[in-house]
Amino acid sequence: MGQTRAVGLPRWVVVPAALGALFVLLPLVAIVAQVDWSNFWGLITSESSRTALWLSLRTSTASTVVCVLIGVPMALVLARTSFPGQGVVRSVVLLPLVLPPVVGGLALLYTFGKRGLIGQSIEVVGTTVAFSTIAVVMAQVFVALPFLVVSLEGALRTGGERYEVVAASLGAGPTTVFLRVTLPLAMPGLVSGAVLAFARSLGEFGATVTFAGSKEGVTRTLPLEIYLQRETDPDAAIALALVLVVVAVLVIGLARQGRSAL
Amino acid sequence: MLGRMTRRLLPYLALLLLAPALVACGGDDDDTTVTVYAAASLKKTFEQLASDFEADHDGVTVELVFGGSSDLVSQIQNGAEADVFASADTANMDKLTADDLQGQDPQDFATNTLQIAVPPDNPADVSSLQDLADPALDLVLCAPDVPCGAAAQGVAEAAGLTLDPDSEEQSVTDVLGKITSGQGDAGLVYVTDVLAAGDDVMGVEFPESADVVNTYPITTVEDSDESDLAQEFVELVLSDSGQKVLTDAGFGAP
Repeated sequence: MGQTRAVGLPRWVVVPAALGALFVLLPLVAIVAQVDWSNFWGLITSESSRTALWLSLRTSTASTVVCVLIGVPMALVLARTSFPGQGVVRSVVLLPLVLPPVVGGLALLYTFGKRGLIGQSIEVVGTTVAFSTIAVVMAQVFVALPFLVVSLEGALRTGGERYEVVAASLGAGPTTVFLRVTLPLAMPGLVSGAVLAFARSLGEFGATVTFAGSKEGVTRTLPLEIYLQRETDPDAAIALALVLVVVAVLVIGLARQGRSAL
Repeated sequence: MLGRMTRRLLPYLALLLLAPALVACGGDDDDTTVTVYAAASLKKTFEQLASDFEADHDGVTVELVFGGSSDLVSQIQNGAEADVFASADTANMDKLTADDLQGQDPQDFATNTLQIAVPPDNPADVSSLQDLADPALDLVLCAPDVPCGAAAQGVAEAAGLTLDPDSEEQSVTDVLGKITSGQGDAGLVYVTDVLAAGDDVMGVEFPESADVVNTYPITTVEDSDESDLAQEFVELVLSDSGQKVLTDAGFGAP
């Protein structure tokens, strides 16, 4: 506690807060305690583990980029305009946050699958997303997009429009205002949104396994590999789980550093 | 100050203290419960057998827990209170006996063989195991690490084929999901799965399926609170009427 607050906290909040922290922390400690350290390196550097980790990092990066490209305009529209039915649109966009990922996977399947709503038209173009890495990225974007939109929309609303109005009154066009004023001001929100989206993509399992399938090097990301390894080699599954935890902690830690530097 | 806080906290503290008692109350009725852990592929048959069993035993409830056999074993190894365990393969039953958790020697009660599952209109026109080797076909198998995948690999090897699946799924359900949605053109699952899926998939028999026969063992679990009832349930599964339920669903005799 670096600063003293004028209004003290009720003392009793410490107990449930500490219990909550323990509830999250203990399972992580349990994973670390369960790791077979003597074989750890061998387990996480096996061919299939490295392939899965690499695939996870690549797809999560790709899906984060897609999330930024389509999520920023979405957040802008939601935060800066008003149109009839906006509340409904926002709810629908945020739906994947509360939807079980498996349901998201099914929805994607019946949309972009070979017999899906528009899957057949895609196939006419000569390509199919079935069982491809693209399907993995689509599943990740579906579940991760709301994280970016929520985070950025919040930042845009809190930031307000004052500086944009001033810039416009000085003659800046909408695009200039967006690039020179809105975006820099909302950057912390965008960064944390992007980090959340990346982290969510990295952990994505249900939609991927339902929509994309599971094939080494193509669609079997780290969470799928962990789930599969658990079947035959629990030690490898735990070792890989720890890798996923470490990567997630690193990503979040780096993002915090990045934010405070902004 | 502290006194006031304690008073405010009292209801919460009381709740905390009472919670375990309340939970215990919930489970404390006159009913006796036999808990049966069974492989997911046994769902329909064991639901039938459980209701038969309840009909014959007044005041007895059979609680069924279905899941992947390896999940179930690890739950039992971690202290889950199962009275009966029915596995979809001998390998997972061996894990249980390796820890000496069986109440008796496991007995085989059913067998299952593979069948090709295709969407009802069979878009890739699959009629034999050899057709699955066509690279243009979207083939979905179980991963070699899970029993149905090991069996798929076994029939392919016996037929001298190399299969290159487009996806290696975690479970039979995942394979069937890809077939019913038309995403995959063909998959290898058990005969019973094809029957259970009804009109959503079509089964294609192939002679090589006889090369890999999957055996289902059942046993009571050691330290069961209801060992007598558990024993009776196992006997029901092995009885003529139990076997009829299983063969009706497509299972083979042990």
